[in-house]
Amino acid sequence: MSVTIEVPNRPRTRKQANWEKYGWLFMRVSGPLLIVLIFTHLVVNLVLGDGIKAIDFAFVAGKWADPFWQVWDLAMLWLALIHGTNGMRTIVNDYAGQVKVRRALTTTLWAVCALLILLGTLVIFTFDPCPAGASAELLASFCPAQ
Amino acid sequence: MAELSVPTIESFTVTLIVRRFDPENDTEPKWEDFDVEMYGTDRVLDALHKIKWEQDGSLTFRRSCAHGVCGSDAMRINGRNRLACKTLIKDLDISKPIYVEPIKGLPVEKDLIVDMTPFYKAYLEINPFLVATDKPKKERLQSPEERARYDDTTKCILCAACTSSCPVFWTDGQYFGPAAIVNAHRFIFDSRDENAELRLDILNDKEGVWRCRTTFNCTEACPRGIEVTKAIAEVKQAILRGRA
Repeated sequence: MSVTIEVPNRPRTRKQANWEKYGWLFMRVSGPLLIVLIFTHLVVNLVLGDGIKAIDFAFVAGKWADPFWQVWDLAMLWLALIHGTNGMRTIVNDYAGQVKVRRALTTTLWAVCALLILLGTLVIFTFDPCPAGASAELLASFCPAQ
Repeated sequence: MAELSVPTIESFTVTLIVRRFDPENDTEPKWEDFDVEMYGTDRVLDALHKIKWEQDGSLTFRRSCAHGVCGSDAMRINGRNRLACKTLIKDLDISKPIYVEPIKGLPVEKDLIVDMTPFYKAYLEINPFLVATDKPKKERLQSPEERARYDDTTKCILCAACTSSCPVFWTDGQYFGPAAIVNAHRFIFDSRDENAELRLDILNDKEGVWRCRTTFNCTEACPRGIEVTKAIAEVKQAILRGRA
């Protein structure tokens, strides 16, 4: 005589919809992208041309006048912050056992991340090295005299 | 008549420092050391036997077959998860004491014995049995290639060496752990099984395969040489594809 178990007798309870799969995929995609973005960023800023001596206010202003570097820095900002925050979230999930602590820490993490992304994006797109109406002694040397 | 010379077999003395806990008298586990006379062919399990039989009968540990098949005597030997019955003492550094502790991440019951219930619960949750609706008159046929696909993960003996070496499992006991995923892998990639999708769905849980961050502790710990981390990665890929 044989026994047939048609369905498992222990129903699962803890299954709920989650984003873990997409989180993992994001880490895998953003990781290699960030390696290219960050190392190119470092080489362009610190090695090529006059090297580290070239970096000053004018250098940054010059880069952000170019839409190419605007998009580059924007991608770096978003990817690095989300990648880092998601990494921190997994560490919180590991070590924060209590649901309340876990939720508080994760919420704080994402709030800080959102704020930094917002401010960074604002700066990249609204950056003006020579704002009109500023007093002359505060302006950079390369700005046309007011 | 020439005198018979009996060659003496070389022996050596080793110190074992064993993590002990007696739930009836102790509030905290403590270390206790034993000196034992051992031979080159002896294993850590033999040393434990010698202690239990000749020095302190209260020393408590699990062992059944004592030959690396049943998976009862997984323990932490010099900081690494090993089967006591497969670890030769002469392969360890015998100039120093050998540290023996229970596997980590599961509640200690007494000395080297831990409560395996959370481990088995995770194992049960992935439906570790063949699900097939057909009722064949003969055996279900499978090509050698189809069999080879999941050969590695059939070797698991459920000793918990992998799961209790996993840092994610140490800190987050909700994680399924490597052993459960290995045993899910064994059926997910079995051509005769029909329930791969359900198992993949189970492991797509918040506490499922995505918690794995490829530390490779499990692969290093497995006494059967299963490539555990690789199996977990294959299950991740299968979930992304949506099928085995």
